Amino acid sequence: MVDSPAGSAGIVPPAEVAEMELYHPKSWWTRYVFSQDAKIIAVQYAVTATSIGLVALVLSWLMRLQLAFPGYFAFIDADHYYQFITMHGMIMVVYLLTALFLGGFGNYLIPLMVGARDMVFPYANMLSYWIYLLAVLILAAGFFAPGGPTGAGWTLYPPQAVLSGTPGGQNWGIVLMLSSLIVFIIGFTMGGLNYVVTVLQGRARGMTLMRMPLTVWGIFTATVMALLAFPALFVASVMMLFDRLLGTSFFMPAIVEMGTQLQHDGGSPILFQHLFWFFGHPEVYIVALPAFGIVSDLISTHARKNIFGYRMMVWAILIIAALSFVVWAHHMYVSGMNPAFGFFFATTTLIIAVPTAIKVYNWVLTLWRGNIHLTLPMLFALAFIVTFVNGGLTGLFLGNVVVDVPLSDTMFVVAHFHMVMGVAPILVVFGAIHHWYPKVTGRMLNETLGHIHFWITFLGAYAIFFPMHYLGLLGVPRRYYEMGETSFVPPSAHSLNIFITVMALIVGAAQIVFLLNLVWSLFKGKAAGGNPWRATTLEWQTPETPPAHGNWGKDLPVVYRWAYDYSVPGAAEDFIPQTQPATDGITREVKR
Amino acid sequence: MTVMLSFLAVILAIIAWWMAGQRLASKPWLESSSAQTATDRERPFVPAINLGLYVFLGVVAALFSLFISAYFMRMASSDWWGIPVPRLLWWNTAVLAASSLALQWATKEAQRGRMESLRATLAAGFLLATLFLAGQIQAWRELNAAGYVLADNPANSFFYILTGLHGLHIFGGLVVLGRTTGRAFATNVPPERLRSSLHLCAVYFHFMLAVWLILLAVFAGWANSFADLCLQLLN
Repeated sequence: MVDSPAGSAGIVPPAEVAEMELYHPKSWWTRYVFSQDAKIIAVQYAVTATSIGLVALVLSWLMRLQLAFPGYFAFIDADHYYQFITMHGMIMVVYLLTALFLGGFGNYLIPLMVGARDMVFPYANMLSYWIYLLAVLILAAGFFAPGGPTGAGWTLYPPQAVLSGTPGGQNWGIVLMLSSLIVFIIGFTMGGLNYVVTVLQGRARGMTLMRMPLTVWGIFTATVMALLAFPALFVASVMMLFDRLLGTSFFMPAIVEMGTQLQHDGGSPILFQHLFWFFGHPEVYIVALPAFGIVSDLISTHARKNIFGYRMMVWAILIIAALSFVVWAHHMYVSGMNPAFGFFFATTTLIIAVPTAIKVYNWVLTLWRGNIHLTLPMLFALAFIVTFVNGGLTGLFLGNVVVDVPLSDTMFVVAHFHMVMGVAPILVVFGAIHHWYPKVTGRMLNETLGHIHFWITFLGAYAIFFPMHYLGLLGVPRRYYEMGETSFVPPSAHSLNIFITVMALIVGAAQIVFLLNLVWSLFKGKAAGGNPWRATTLEWQTPETPPAHGNWGKDLPVVYRWAYDYSVPGAAEDFIPQTQPATDGITREVKR
Repeated sequence: MTVMLSFLAVILAIIAWWMAGQRLASKPWLESSSAQTATDRERPFVPAINLGLYVFLGVVAALFSLFISAYFMRMASSDWWGIPVPRLLWWNTAVLAASSLALQWATKEAQRGRMESLRATLAAGFLLATLFLAGQIQAWRELNAAGYVLADNPANSFFYILTGLHGLHIFGGLVVLGRTTGRAFATNVPPERLRSSLHLCAVYFHFMLAVWLILLAVFAGWANSFADLCLQLLN
């Protein structure tokens, strides 16, 4: 430990951190539209991601309608069905979850939680959002292009993705999709550089890495992963674009289509799968790690107890991040690869469950004998833990080659990844919005509407996805437009499909309640004050709520303690903000 | 994916080395009553903009590693005919190396505060890098004229896509370098003001030179024999 020049008084000299030169907006346009303030950019990201996410939600409705009532809706033909699947998957994974967690929460929370005035490169940050918006618009343009969007499935496997039998394959669809991904990755890289460098160089005095809230740890680690993983998608997209537009044969084997020999020759579809999943698996954790971090903070704050095993939590995040780069081929057990590889990847997949389980145990142990407040953020956090454990356990099933091979093309897989990657992170998003909305707007969200939304969403999600596991075990295949005559699927499976669809419609509609709540509370919500949850972290200690441009008034905050001083024995209140210097009354070493 | 995994191992080693200095084993919950810990964060060891560039170069390196991984994996199939390396590429390599050298020289001159030679070396660096880009386009034309067209063979496709991507990165570097050069010539800025941007440009072009050398080794087939050698040693 470095000797303090400040002496023993427990007071650190005022910050000598060089003040950032902030860009000060001069007009309405540069303040609210082309803003370089991370807080505005965060809201822009969140609104854009939610908007395109709602499109994906409607697409899922349409798919469910077809599955429950095959052939009843004339406008849903097979091509449309595949287009809905593809766009739903890609939007939800990349354009909603990734953008919302990193672009939305990352932008809002990183500078505030580490005590910075803004991101270190505000201009690049602004560009990042506008390029993201461009990517979303290119993606959405697919709906209006001749032939519609691509229907290749969200994994876009060649060769079918660029053949004429696939919707959009020889039309605009696949070109727009790949271009949109390339643009998205360029935009994300600009934002990602910001998040990483801000955490590394923008922290306030006293904010050591091990004093950072786990939210920041999660977003930071996920960003580093994304910066290393997204290039794989970039490479795959560029090469497939070349195959589609310029006639190269990176991924395209010699192929006869409709009786004509195509000019492609010798390409390797497996190569694409390797590249895609080299991005695709880390992507799961790019979404999960911020969720892990946020949930840790929600649980600690709303159970008024320090997080159990903070160090373990940090290490687990780092270990998960490293391991997630060597598990990608568990998505490819049925691709015909060498069985020895399958064994290797099954092993790494099971190992990754260890740090993940540590995190779950630590959340539960944080709750143990905590002063649990069943506020909405806490409810969503609890729902997340349950859902994540459920989804994670089926992941252990599917991680084994012998179990995965028969289940791989069934609804079981759909149920698994929707639980673990769809429902679980989205529950965290809702919890986080309930938690930080008062800071963003200065008003509380309405609790009654919040409870209605929570219970319908939570129970409804289970009503949708639990039966789906069962369908999968029955052998109901995924990706099928309609079942047709099958002897092995009993008629009860069909009534179950109708039930799932009805629940999906209800849960989808319940999201309107949430949106209504967001808008209503913006104007009519209860005034929140600066720190309604009595939380310790820096973002709740800003001089103004919502925080003004530059976040901190004249002086930057100085950090004296970690982020989890809740219910400290002997303290006057049940929380001690990170900015509060140690006082003589509380000597916490004694207790431990 | 061996290339990418090796690259990841290097990145991981760097991160682990850095993390080792970050007191990850400390117990923050015990530290709150000591004021010292609040001051132990030393001044940033590199300015944010430099760190930003390094992280960006890490992303670029990941991108090229992945392309090279794909190159080796695709190479294994039977329809692969190697592409001859045009003589012009060696000249281009020399030009890019000279440009890198000139930029390095310019940063030295900026440190010594000599404006005149700074301008001369900086301009030389800029022109040489532009010349490299022109040379690359000429090499493309020669290959095209000799019948090595993009879609003919995967080796050709990879050659064009990799040189193209590298060229795009050089072009991006030239935009920034052009602005720096413009600033050096336009006004009477003191050399200290230019030092930071000059340093960043030099680092970027050194890095692009390194990437180019690796790509050249891949195209010329040395990387392949090197990989074989490693495999033999392992067996």
